[in-house]
Amino acid sequence: MQRVKHNPLNLALAHLALIIYTIIALFPVLIIIINSFKTRKAIFRDPLALPNSETFSLIGYETVLKQGDYFGYFQNSFIVTVGSLFFILLFGAMAAFALSEYRFKGNTLMGLYLALGIMIPIRLGTVAILQFMVATGLVNTLTALILVYTASGLPIAIFILSEFMRQVSADLKDAGRIDGLSEYRIFFQLVLPLVRPALATVAVFNMIPIWNDLWFPLILANSEETKTLTLGSQVFIGQFVTDWNAVLSGLSMAILPVMILYIIFSKQLIRGITSGAVK
Amino acid sequence: MGSLALKNVCKSFGNVEVLHNINLEAEEGEFMIFVGPSGCGKSTLLRIIAGLEDATSGDVEIAGDRVNHLPPSKRGIAMVFQTYALYPHLTVKKNMSLGLKQAGEDAARIEEQVKKAADMLELGPYLDRRPAELSGGQRQRVAIGRAIVRDPKLFLFDEPLSNLDAALRVNTRIEIADLHRRLGTTIVYVTHDQVEAMTLADRIVVLQDGYVEQIGAPMELYNDPDNMFVAGFIGSPAMNFLDARLLDMPAEVATIGLRPEAISLGSEGPISGKVSHLEHLGADTNVYLHVDGKLLTVRLFGQQDFEVGSTVHLQFAPDAVYRFDKDGKRIR
Ligand SMILES: Nc1ncnc2c1ncn2[C@@H]1O[C@H](COP(=O)(O)OP(=O)(O)OP(=O)(O)O)[C@@H](O)[C@H]1O
Ligand SMILES: [Mg+2]
Repeated sequence: MQRVKHNPLNLALAHLALIIYTIIALFPVLIIIINSFKTRKAIFRDPLALPNSETFSLIGYETVLKQGDYFGYFQNSFIVTVGSLFFILLFGAMAAFALSEYRFKGNTLMGLYLALGIMIPIRLGTVAILQFMVATGLVNTLTALILVYTASGLPIAIFILSEFMRQVSADLKDAGRIDGLSEYRIFFQLVLPLVRPALATVAVFNMIPIWNDLWFPLILANSEETKTLTLGSQVFIGQFVTDWNAVLSGLSMAILPVMILYIIFSKQLIRGITSGAVK
Repeated sequence: MGSLALKNVCKSFGNVEVLHNINLEAEEGEFMIFVGPSGCGKSTLLRIIAGLEDATSGDVEIAGDRVNHLPPSKRGIAMVFQTYALYPHLTVKKNMSLGLKQAGEDAARIEEQVKKAADMLELGPYLDRRPAELSGGQRQRVAIGRAIVRDPKLFLFDEPLSNLDAALRVNTRIEIADLHRRLGTTIVYVTHDQVEAMTLADRIVVLQDGYVEQIGAPMELYNDPDNMFVAGFIGSPAMNFLDARLLDMPAEVATIGLRPEAISLGSEGPISGKVSHLEHLGADTNVYLHVDGKLLTVRLFGQQDFEVGSTVHLQFAPDAVYRFDKDGKRIR
């Protein structure tokens, strides 16, 4: 790491800005978590107060865990998110490698075609996707969701990863070829480890929207067994009455796995940045 | 039959032809160097020999076998890259043994080969380190070690010294020459530094814009260049070129060439010039003269002094004058 002498005033100002930003960013999350431990009345009477012996209540968590198969939803969300990320990263990296490494006719055109999806929202194709899923019998399966999310995540993944892969030393790949490594081993063992920070970035960018998506679970997989967490939590939000205890508790629990995934990826990100010793 | 032969090799990238009909042969055990200015196609030619790039047409033969359709790992070659290209996640030992492991050699032989190379290059203490924990010179030695371990029929080097500082470059140059003597393997070596080429090569191939200008031993190229390009490229400081009309020359001679070290300065002679600058190097003195609107270099032995602005006359033996026609071809 490079050490630069900082002016203490600048340092203090920078920290102040960062602290203020952190407070602003964390405030809503904190409110959700605090209120998830309070009675309904207490939530409305004084939303900012911490729970005390009088207002403390786990009623929200009880409702969430009793109503519906909360852990089932949880599992579904997890499978869909991790599965989609896996395929986005795998296929995205493979396509990016081909685009950046091999000269073939229509290379640029193919790259443009693959990146086109960045500008076209996949929801425009919902009706066709639904028809397709019905025709293939994939409605109400997690596979349907994984397929859709993989398709929607690939364009940006290919765009970002191919840019990074172009920067991996060509000599390194050639050295592998002279040592007799197959193209697959060059890809998996030489190139992928070097673009790990980019992989982590793509993963983080894709993870949150997939985890939070309501649209496709509602349309493609709304059966009880395939409900995701976001869809499952909707039972508590009614047109006329909303069970705020349950909603807030559900949300609090939903934050956890995303946070864990995020910590894993960001560790990779930071390690990738600090150990970038190519030459 | 040599250990490397290129026959009518051409290479185009799209519509641009970067190598034109290259023919050459390297003998068994020969140290052959490709030199030429940047972008002349040296690396491309080397990559075609390695099999990393396909020739558009023509044949590559290694040890008498046509290898056009063999992948790099099956050609019996090893290559050292300018950027070292060590595998960052593997230790020095694993870097060196990967090729043999891929080829299915047994562990005992791999061990023996790695030890031999490590001893030769004094890499013993570093075998368990990763490339990031080595200095530039050590990395270069590991890259060379990785090539030696494969026991190839042909070594390929692409500007292996250009990332090293000047002192280390001289050392490594001597090491490579020594290595070649000990291994006796054919080496094809690319550089744009003519000093490197002169000091290392058995034979030099001078390339320009994808054409072979001349092939020959260093002193052949120095003493008997075929054309102005080779005459100007080989030798440092470079040969001086002057209009032929300054001397009494036959009509077909357009340009004359004089090596800086073939000229001495005196008070009379056929050509005169104004001293514009002096460089004292201790053992030598470089004198720059304005002659006929051009800057001319004269390299004098020992320490000499001239007044800047004074007029001096060039003196040289008649057979020190190289003559070229209007296309730059040598007239002998
Ligand atoms: N992949 C490629 N696509 C298109 N043109 C290329 C490609 N690789 C090389 N070239 C062109 O081929 C010519 C020769 O390149 P090459 O790398 O062989 O030069 P070089 O002699 O090794 O130069 P340097 O001393 O700078 O390394 C250059 O004009 C270059 O622009
Ligand atoms: Mg080159």
